[in-house]
Amino acid sequence: MYDSHHLILAGLAGDSASKLWGVIEAVGGFIAILAIIFLVAGKVTGRLERPLTIVICLVPVVLLLIIGLVIPAIRTFYLSLHGADAYGPTVHSVGFQNYRWAFSDPSTRSTLIRTVLWLVIVPAVATGAGLLVALLVDNMKRASLAKAFIFLPTAVSFVGASIIWKYIYNYTDPHRPQIGLLSEIVIKLGWKNPPDWMLSSPVNTFLLMVIMVWIQTGFAMVVLSAALKSIPDEIIEAARMDGATGYRLFRSVQVPMIRNTLVVVITTIMIATLKVFDIVYTVTGGNFNTDVLSNEMYTQIFTQFNYGRGSALAVILFLAVLPLVGYNVLQMRKERASR
Amino acid sequence: MTTTTPPAITTATDEPPVRKVRRAFSSPLASVAVVILAVLWTVPVLGLFVTSLRPKADVASSGWWTVFSHPHFTLSNYNTVLFKGGYNVNSGLAPYIVNSLAITIPATIIPIILASMAAYVLAWVRFKGSDAIFFTIFALQVVPLQMSLVPLLQLYSGGAHIGGITVIPALHLHGSLAEVWLSHTMFSLPLAVFLLHNFISQLPESVIEAARVDGASHLRVYRSIVLPLSMPAIASFAIFQFLWVWNDLLVSLTFAAKTTAAQPLTAQLQQLTGSFGSHLELLTAGAFVSIIIPMIVFFSLQRYFVKGMLAGSVKG
Repeated sequence: MYDSHHLILAGLAGDSASKLWGVIEAVGGFIAILAIIFLVAGKVTGRLERPLTIVICLVPVVLLLIIGLVIPAIRTFYLSLHGADAYGPTVHSVGFQNYRWAFSDPSTRSTLIRTVLWLVIVPAVATGAGLLVALLVDNMKRASLAKAFIFLPTAVSFVGASIIWKYIYNYTDPHRPQIGLLSEIVIKLGWKNPPDWMLSSPVNTFLLMVIMVWIQTGFAMVVLSAALKSIPDEIIEAARMDGATGYRLFRSVQVPMIRNTLVVVITTIMIATLKVFDIVYTVTGGNFNTDVLSNEMYTQIFTQFNYGRGSALAVILFLAVLPLVGYNVLQMRKERASR
Repeated sequence: MTTTTPPAITTATDEPPVRKVRRAFSSPLASVAVVILAVLWTVPVLGLFVTSLRPKADVASSGWWTVFSHPHFTLSNYNTVLFKGGYNVNSGLAPYIVNSLAITIPATIIPIILASMAAYVLAWVRFKGSDAIFFTIFALQVVPLQMSLVPLLQLYSGGAHIGGITVIPALHLHGSLAEVWLSHTMFSLPLAVFLLHNFISQLPESVIEAARVDGASHLRVYRSIVLPLSMPAIASFAIFQFLWVWNDLLVSLTFAAKTTAAQPLTAQLQQLTGSFGSHLELLTAGAFVSIIIPMIVFFSLQRYFVKGMLAGSVKG
């Protein structure tokens, strides 16, 4: 037993060296191929140069995106109109039945409503908190230290974050010494008998959102802080001359100036929130009324093997964010046109 | 690598009077608020760290905050978690750190190079339809990852066929990490192209025009002007991409989990939540191990953040 244990360790160690060597080979090979392409293409001049550049620079990205995202997306839409066994030999079309299921099945419907709550609350709170910090530290001394601490959770994996927060939400009999920080605090505040947080709906959903907000605020803060700094000093000075201070300065000068950035930040966090299933998956597994669309989708596809339903949920997810992305595209078009 | 900073991106220098104006929000009250927020955001990680240093009996019987009155620390949790294993886990986490690095480094470098090339063409070598391509790439961000997993798995193992004709042969990448690198590259391209495009399109036109007039080819402009000037943006996107890949669970569960030997730290950690479930002291030590490297990466590169990739998107 002990020997086999050692063998595994030794094997893993040798493996590690070869793995790192593989990394150097892969990256080195990739750069070498690019260098050769650049060298050869560099010889081409004249009318062919421009189209050749476009092909070299764009084709790899476009191809990868078509294979990795576009085709799967189309395929998913196709599968969503088919039965559970869409990958089996007996594919049969079911029309929009999977969508009807998604909107009529009571538990799936409440999952949809819960997902909408996530989509509204998490981006709003994370962006709000990020904006607040960005405003407060704008030009403050030692701001970078405070910012680093608030950014810290961004570096924590969802699995790591789940471990951290499961521990904070830990339930222990109220008569014994507490292990979970949240229970300890509310007991100290005078609530004699706090519940088992993760089991009590709907509080558990909001507590899970806290984890996501905790992770995303740092991102919002960093981006918005850079945006605030990029507002020309003259504009702020002029507004100040006109008597705008504090909140008024913020509301009628600073916020409009960074509106585009705010929209980008909200969109990014919203997309992250949509896709995130790790938190719900690791903390509650979607039980106790905490399920969200991305987790339900994962369950349908990878545990129930119901590709039809899972795909329908994916399409709903896609359609849910589409308006926001559309708005972003319109904004960017305006910006590009004005350049 | 060069230390040149593009003029368009440097933040305006602060003259004293303006500085005072901007301090409108920076009253002592504001400082207190920031400190409170910073503490609130740090306490969870602090709790994790403290717990990971406490002996098993203490962890099970009292909250981590009691160490401030009864300090009692040990490093044995880390020894167990990193090198020994136990409780149905037959090795420590140390080899999985290597796995995570082996996955993360190529999956960070490759998409950044590809995306910067595409971003340059979309920003400076405009052609009919380049706007449409750019917006499509941006919109692809909304495609949920879960949608791509099964089709990609099939592609990697079986290739692609249209009506019996093989379009793409089976790639036979099993057991290698190439599947994971490729998948991460695909999934990160929309955001990478978008952010790098924002930055690259704001590089001073005069510099690029001058090089073109001097007869430099587009590829040369990209390599010797755009790439060096974009380093702040590239570095800050690299941080995000590194964090994202390092912290990913779903992609690695799908593509690397077939062999335990290729699993990254997160997948192993996820398994530990089962095996170590009742051993909070070990679980917290494992979790802390998993966040050390991202933190080192972040703190060593964080100075790029302000002038980094966000320059484009922050245009008022």
